Amino acid sequence: MTLIGWLQISLLFLAVLVVIKPLGLYMARVFSGERTLLSPVLGGLETGLYRLGGIRPDKEQSWLSYAVAMLVFSLAGFVALYAILRLQAHLPLNPQGFAGMAPDLAFNTAVSFVTNTNWQNYAGESTLSHFSQMAGLTVQNFLSAATGMALAIAFTRALARSRVATLGNFWVDMTRATLYVLLPISFVVALAFVAMGLPQTLDASVTATTLEGGQQVIALGPVASQEAIKQLGTNGGGFFNVNAAHPFENPTALSNYLNIFAMLSISAAMVYTFGQMVGNRRQGWALITAITILLVAGVAATYWAEGQGNTILTALGLDPAQGNTEGKEVRFGQAMTALYAAVTTGLSDGGVNGMHGSFTGLGGLVPMFLMQLGEVLPGGVGSGLYGMLVFALLSVFVAGLMVGRTPEFLGKKIEGREMKFAILAILILPLAILGFTAVSAMLPIAVASVGTAGPHGLSEILYAYTSAAGNNGSAFGGLTGNTPWYNTTLGIAMLLGRFAYVVPVMAIAGSLAAKVKVPASAGTFPTDGPLFVGLLLGIILILGGLQFFPALALGPIVEHLAMLAGQTF
Amino acid sequence: MSKDRKAPGLLDPQILLPAARDAFRKLDPRQLLRNPVIFVTEVVAAVVTLLFLRDLATSTADAIFSGQIAAWLWFTVLFATFAEAVAEGRGRAQADSLKKTKSELLARRLTAGGATETVPATTLKVGDVVLVSAGELIPGDGEVIDGVASVNESAITGESAPVIRESGGDRSAVTGGTQVLSDEIKVKITVAPGSSFVDRMIALIEGAQRQKTPNEIALSILLSGLTLIFLFVCVAIWGLAGYSGTVLSVTVLAALLVTLIPTTIGGLLSAIGIAGMDRLVRFNVIATSGRAVEAAGDVDTLLLDKTGTVTFGNRMASDFLPAPGVTQSELAEAALLASLSDETPEGRSIVALATGEFAIPMPKAEFDAVIGFAAETRLSGVDQGKRRLRKGAVDAILRFAGRTEDTAPSEFRRDVDAIARSGGTPLAVADGTTLLGVIHLKDIVKPGIKERFAALRAMGIRTVMVTGDNPVTAAAIASEAGVDDYLAEATPEDKLAFIRREQQGGRLIAMCGDGTNDAPALAQADVGVAMQTGTQAAREAANMVDLDSSPTKLIEIVEIGKQLLMTRGSLTTFSIANDVAKYFAIIPALFVATYPTLDALNIMGLASPQSAILSAVIFNALIIVALIPLALRGVAYRPSGAASLLRRNLLVYGLGGLVLPFAGIKLIDVAVSALQLV
Repeated sequence: MTLIGWLQISLLFLAVLVVIKPLGLYMARVFSGERTLLSPVLGGLETGLYRLGGIRPDKEQSWLSYAVAMLVFSLAGFVALYAILRLQAHLPLNPQGFAGMAPDLAFNTAVSFVTNTNWQNYAGESTLSHFSQMAGLTVQNFLSAATGMALAIAFTRALARSRVATLGNFWVDMTRATLYVLLPISFVVALAFVAMGLPQTLDASVTATTLEGGQQVIALGPVASQEAIKQLGTNGGGFFNVNAAHPFENPTALSNYLNIFAMLSISAAMVYTFGQMVGNRRQGWALITAITILLVAGVAATYWAEGQGNTILTALGLDPAQGNTEGKEVRFGQAMTALYAAVTTGLSDGGVNGMHGSFTGLGGLVPMFLMQLGEVLPGGVGSGLYGMLVFALLSVFVAGLMVGRTPEFLGKKIEGREMKFAILAILILPLAILGFTAVSAMLPIAVASVGTAGPHGLSEILYAYTSAAGNNGSAFGGLTGNTPWYNTTLGIAMLLGRFAYVVPVMAIAGSLAAKVKVPASAGTFPTDGPLFVGLLLGIILILGGLQFFPALALGPIVEHLAMLAGQTF
Repeated sequence: MSKDRKAPGLLDPQILLPAARDAFRKLDPRQLLRNPVIFVTEVVAAVVTLLFLRDLATSTADAIFSGQIAAWLWFTVLFATFAEAVAEGRGRAQADSLKKTKSELLARRLTAGGATETVPATTLKVGDVVLVSAGELIPGDGEVIDGVASVNESAITGESAPVIRESGGDRSAVTGGTQVLSDEIKVKITVAPGSSFVDRMIALIEGAQRQKTPNEIALSILLSGLTLIFLFVCVAIWGLAGYSGTVLSVTVLAALLVTLIPTTIGGLLSAIGIAGMDRLVRFNVIATSGRAVEAAGDVDTLLLDKTGTVTFGNRMASDFLPAPGVTQSELAEAALLASLSDETPEGRSIVALATGEFAIPMPKAEFDAVIGFAAETRLSGVDQGKRRLRKGAVDAILRFAGRTEDTAPSEFRRDVDAIARSGGTPLAVADGTTLLGVIHLKDIVKPGIKERFAALRAMGIRTVMVTGDNPVTAAAIASEAGVDDYLAEATPEDKLAFIRREQQGGRLIAMCGDGTNDAPALAQADVGVAMQTGTQAAREAANMVDLDSSPTKLIEIVEIGKQLLMTRGSLTTFSIANDVAKYFAIIPALFVATYPTLDALNIMGLASPQSAILSAVIFNALIIVALIPLALRGVAYRPSGAASLLRRNLLVYGLGGLVLPFAGIKLIDVAVSALQLV
């Protein structure tokens, strides 16, 4: 670890903290239906879209119809994307003449982009036409992110309102998220990426003459535009197979900075939007504090572990000062790779600028554990916020009793119904991750895909299902995922992680919205102070730790201990 | 005030022995199904027992280990059922003693022959006729069939001025628990005093009929959810271990499962609830629903009757205001003499004020005539020589002095008006035709009540005083007593409307009352406490009955409710925090054979894998027994704000729960390996 490294890391967090408030306030205005700077430009388009879709923007929906609208919309997105991927050979903009995707891979990919996961069992540059990338994947990058934001806003309204039956209109929230937030910011960020050297073209490839005089064909495409929404929407699906480690996707230290900044800012600002909309900005800051503490701890742990290097290699004479350089791009270095790894996994982004599977045992444990904590640091745009709020409800329920009152959060009593649905939601992650990992660990066709011997192989499987169920999408590397078994089961894990989680969460929202908002008193447990932050951290860590400690012990922990003991597999 | 019933000692064999028997009876899985965590434990214990029998049959060395694990798993279940049985036993003992003591209220019943016999009020039947004299409480609701008396009904109406009750007409109904101040009446009992509350109470603490309260249900859902998660975890471990070629036995996975699921709070949950009811009984309060006890902890607003709660039940003399040409001590002396024959609390308060603050010596002189206070005359006094001293209601004295309000001195009239305006009661004093002055009777705020209200405020609870007084008086008393708000000139409808309004805002309301006209408000309030001396209607509408009929009891009830919820929360936190240490005991033990380097996680330095697992299981069972006293007693509670309560409890039960099992498991491991149990 170096001082310069830490300065780089701190500067990035600082930059994000600076934009949280203005961006958060802007989004609060957008979702409250107020006029914004962009209303004169986009207002007409917005009303035109509603007229086209037959939507009455002032007609609000109950939690159930909101959730059903979301499910129907996602299903339609899935069908459309699946069709594009299967039929791309017959569709335009296919300069390299790629064939249609195999059914299982198309299923996996379509689910992956509709659920905002962007797990990639394919290599974009050698599988997908430009049409598939632009009209298929990039569209879902926008829509799945907007869906997450809409859901989070609906949950926010449930806590902000008192005795209501409705949570807003899904179509309106989704349209506003896309039009006023994602599109304009993506436009600016894409231009910035182009300026930094990312390709934005419909050409198929360039041919270069290498130093040895050989000919090299390098794939090209509309990279900058997809890169912008990939980060802003915490999607993470790269244009190229190696994602942001590719020099065309992430050419410089500066573009790397913009990558991380872009993925963090909207998701973090959503938390501020939440505070603003429930009328308690301190509550927003309390959550942001908890998120920052865990995220910085994650960065520090990865940075430290990678800085220590691999003791087996240093014993062979490698310079220990270099740390562990395996799987890292030289132009980013230890600090920026550690930062990217922790942020992308804390965030449910899933883009990578290094290979997590090449990290040391502990270095690889951190990204895995950050995902297992529930993708709430600050998580995917929107999905992170409602995930965090479920943890807040759980914390308040357990600890709130200790002040001698029925637990309440922001004036809403947390009772049996909320607990029932909260439990249903948090059951999903261990069920999908541990269930599929355990089955795969015992199933010969699944084990055959593993690329490494010893505990690292188990980590590969564990990481894959963790990433899928958490809707993260980053890969550990080493695992051959494009098999019918993994395409199918990872797809199911992604579906469970997104929809089986959010439907109970919306049920909680419906139940909370109907409750009266009780004014706070001295007897109410304050949820916007340091005590709550500490409690929330404790609950997140203990709950995550208790669920996944045995699995981690058999994977990265034992791998790390073996490395220290000089043992190889 | 409340006479605390003595709680049976924690080690009382009269409770422990039957409880031990009950603990086995409660092993019936159909009964245990109500408690999912312990039910799962029982199923697991049964499975491990079968495995032990298999091991025994194949006479492997494993039998020693699996036998001990099975035994301790059964102990875990037994300790949980024992905890519930002890709580029930203590509750039943309380209820039995309640039944024996009955009510303290006695009645003088007229027999057919015309004589009187003294019987407990609870044995009165409809149609009985009782005799009630000045100073006695009317034993039950009824009708005056003979005589006329002034009755203090302030306990019911909140109005402190006495009212006249007489036979015939529409002023004949009297209410149980109200006090006759003067004269003697015959009352025919019209409503049978209920004693069924005790029976209802017993139903609430008996396991079988006990209904779970809302918060208990929510907590059970959380605990069941955690149980399910750990079930996944343990099943998954089997598969994960298989990847590296480790075959885990069902016995060790069962041990891991039971130590991870929240058996501590699961085992103690119902005991905590029962103990909460039991604590109420010790304060002489009987709850008719568990929900009410829980709601008491949530109360945001206390609706307190002024009379009897904020102030003493009767008005008291506070000042002497002499007429022109009379000194204050002359007036005090005259008032003292005139009040000697007045046995009402008001009369006694005049004597107390004159002899106390005004230092008038108690006269020993003989009197020529003594005129006692009577409801008809509304005055009392003495004749001594040529002095004819009288004190009483202003109009009665004016009539006695042969005057009208117009012919009274202007200072006298001014004083009377001022007292009335301030909400006090003026009494006049006269000597023959001379008006000597006015006595100021007013409500006296109970000492120490202001501090209690301040403590409530710190707990976040608002106090609202309800009174029939005019707003001026109400405001004066409210500010003196330090209540947050008041409801003046309150009719029963006003009370009901106020409660509804507060509830609309999401607040929970507690109130106490005893009159029939309180019944709708008592039913509407989230916590309604009826006085034992109250009317049947009030007691039916309320969800708690206070046997001491002490209105300040509400404050204790709120504290008991809070303590109940705190105990649940603290033990839940403790139970979950415990799991961290158990992982560090069991996980290295499970995998150290495959990956020897994992011994680095054995930070407690436990002797062997088997002793580590056994120690964790033993700790998990023993902690339930160790915490039974805490579950029954409740966690320490002192009134303070939520933040400081949370900080303290988090430190004790959160951090304590994290650290304690590390030490506990290590100690047990030392013992297990010293005794060579595995």
